[in-house]
Amino acid sequence: MTTAHDVVLVGGGGAGLRAAIAIAEARPELDVAVVSKVYPMRSHTVSAEGGAAGVIGADDSLDEHIYDTISGSDWLADQDAVEMFVEEAPRELIRLEHWGCPWSREPDGRVAVRPFGGMKKQRTWFAADKTGFHMLHTLFQTSLKYGTIHRYDEWFVTKLVVDDGVIQGVVAIELSTGRIETMTAKAVILATGGCGRVFPFTTNAAIKTGDGMSLAYRAGAPLKDMEFVQYHPTGLPFTGILITEAARAEGGWLLNKDGYRYLQDYDLGKPEPTPVLRSMELGPRDRLSQAFVHEVEEGRAIDTPYGPAVHLDLRHLGAKVIDAKIPFVRELCLKYQNVDPAAELVQVRPVVHYMMGGVHTDIHGATPVKGLYAAGEVACVSINGANRLGSNSLPELLVFGARAGRAAAEYAAGASGPTRAGLRQADDEHRRIWRELRGREPNGNERIADLREQMQHTMEGGAGIYRTGDSLTKAVDTLHEFQGRRDQARIEDHSHTFNTELLTFLELSAMLDVAETIVYSALRREESRGAHQRTDYSARDNDRFLAHSLAHRASDGSCQIRYLPVTITRWPVGERVYGR
Amino acid sequence: MADSITLRVTRYQPEVDDEPRAQDFDVPLRENWVVLDGLNYIKDRLDGTLSYRWSCRMGICGSCGMMVDGEPALTCATFLVDHAPGPIRVEPLANFPVVRDLVVDIGDFLEKLPRVSPWIVRDDDIPVDEGESLQTPEELADYKQYSMCINCMLCYSACPVYGLDPDFIGPAAIALAQRYNLDSRDDGAAKRLDVLIHPDGVWGCTFVGECTTACPKDVDPAGAIQRYKLTAAMETIKSYVSPGGGP
Repeated sequence: MTTAHDVVLVGGGGAGLRAAIAIAEARPELDVAVVSKVYPMRSHTVSAEGGAAGVIGADDSLDEHIYDTISGSDWLADQDAVEMFVEEAPRELIRLEHWGCPWSREPDGRVAVRPFGGMKKQRTWFAADKTGFHMLHTLFQTSLKYGTIHRYDEWFVTKLVVDDGVIQGVVAIELSTGRIETMTAKAVILATGGCGRVFPFTTNAAIKTGDGMSLAYRAGAPLKDMEFVQYHPTGLPFTGILITEAARAEGGWLLNKDGYRYLQDYDLGKPEPTPVLRSMELGPRDRLSQAFVHEVEEGRAIDTPYGPAVHLDLRHLGAKVIDAKIPFVRELCLKYQNVDPAAELVQVRPVVHYMMGGVHTDIHGATPVKGLYAAGEVACVSINGANRLGSNSLPELLVFGARAGRAAAEYAAGASGPTRAGLRQADDEHRRIWRELRGREPNGNERIADLREQMQHTMEGGAGIYRTGDSLTKAVDTLHEFQGRRDQARIEDHSHTFNTELLTFLELSAMLDVAETIVYSALRREESRGAHQRTDYSARDNDRFLAHSLAHRASDGSCQIRYLPVTITRWPVGERVYGR
Repeated sequence: MADSITLRVTRYQPEVDDEPRAQDFDVPLRENWVVLDGLNYIKDRLDGTLSYRWSCRMGICGSCGMMVDGEPALTCATFLVDHAPGPIRVEPLANFPVVRDLVVDIGDFLEKLPRVSPWIVRDDDIPVDEGESLQTPEELADYKQYSMCINCMLCYSACPVYGLDPDFIGPAAIALAQRYNLDSRDDGAAKRLDVLIHPDGVWGCTFVGECTTACPKDVDPAGAIQRYKLTAAMETIKSYVSPGGGP
């Protein structure tokens, strides 16, 4: 079966829905398809808690948000992109307000803002501590207004069809029926989010398996800065449930086993009773997660059945403040950890949270493949560089979702239909998926869950908070071996009806691609910068590595790394200073 | 505490099964394991063909609703130990057609939701340059509770009216209509009226209140429905008494 659309969106979370609305508004004559492996309101944007940064206060300025973002990125962000992002973020947040987002308010009715890590001013808009949930449902419900947006809910895209460097469409499978379909498109936008599931301990939902990154990589678009993996300092042990940075922004403390606010020993400022911006618990996520590792090495962490942890102390805030400002934190601690943060210490540990890297795009969301765009966590523009600041990712998906939508609409309006070679490629992909569905003869003997778990532990061991050349080389070899074992995976489910075993296999394949680009990029970057810390190259090296890494898939399937200089406009490379 | 517990899971694959059947699996009984952890253990270790939906494992994406021992529940928020010694019955959400195993077809809700215009309806369009609309914390509080719906479908599964009459527009859709009706920025109440006062709208509800009991997010759809019945009654009276009004 073949259907034709002008623009196909892969992914229906915040970035995808914002892009779809942008297209529907800019070019109502275009036919837009939103293809998502889950119902859009299930997308992982829903889990974002703390807030969305956008300059609004009279005491704040665009330049300060730009500087915070660039210094937070350890100068790896492209400054033209950051300038544009910071300028457009407040307008996007206002637009969402007009669409009904229930932002928390000041008594006089204006939108309220809160402090956030690495930010020198209060500029983080929030909807209590369910900001992503409210943004996603606002976007989803608003998208229902537009008759030109066609949804393919619970469809999984297996391939981007590219002919001669130009996008032709996608091949996708409908989960409920097993129907495989070619969707031709003049433009395709990837908005599939991140890939936290390549690691064993992550805040990321089960669906975050790097599908869009793998699709782009295999279609010839490079993945940029993949070595930069953000660990969030405060996840609940075992579940990996995120305790938002807002908990520290409202005054929470991080304590080691001696009850000591240990961040003061890591050049992050002096402990004050109330939160100080860009200091201590409001330092950037990379520095806080790294401090945790040192506390563990010094024997000052708390042992738990799920590994070492430190304490998050919210008791002094009192139940009233907690219920007003961070009610979801209390709900999550009570329901999933059986701990009441109003009365007890909460055990937390760093947890894989976000990919700074992603599909290489320009500031319009365009990738090097003509007609292929990307926005949100799947993309790397880059405004996040070596470390993203908390509350920059939600405005990022709005700003770049809208930009990619407008750019793709313009492009699609002038582009022509699919080529014959493109359609033949799509037919080949139909046959490949059919074969997987029918089952291999003979079936393999590798259990999918075993391969996935081994990959995850390889990533944690080789490419965790601290890496070395040795650990990375070993990870590269092991992952290479997994590529072979993937072809031996055992699939026992041959049903056409909601076959989640096939889905799990396709997701594992995507994760193995992404994992490989992470370790290769990390091995080649012989310096320490932001979230990428090499114990064998502990200093930042601006002479060699003030550059983005680009992971290309060579024709033999191997991963090749090239570099692209960082764009510097007005902020020369400096030292990252927090707490002083 | 025993070290394992039995999950009695509904299996149904339309290509081979005439009707759903139950299958028992023993899974580790750990203090912090939820029913969803048990299902994941089955899928990863015992039987890869088991199908169910899940994603966030933190009670916010709304994917993993199922019947646990006969009650609609988010399986990510239902501890195994609370249902010990078992066996724990895990079945697909009631009142929905079953697609396969524990996966139900919620297409009906997705079709009904747009009918209540769940978006801000304005008489005028405000340019972005004018900045945010003001809304006091009190005005926000008027509708906030109804904005917390995660579309998990537990309320439809609990609702005896929906079970008997699938045309009933249902608790979540009505709560979401009220979420916008009560928003100080919205002018769309009149537009939503026809759908809500239709026989399949609020008047379909016999106020059993099961929806509010089942809701994992304290949205209180039953309260939303009762409150709207009052509004609807007032509107009906107004249309009779106002000049030029009337049916």
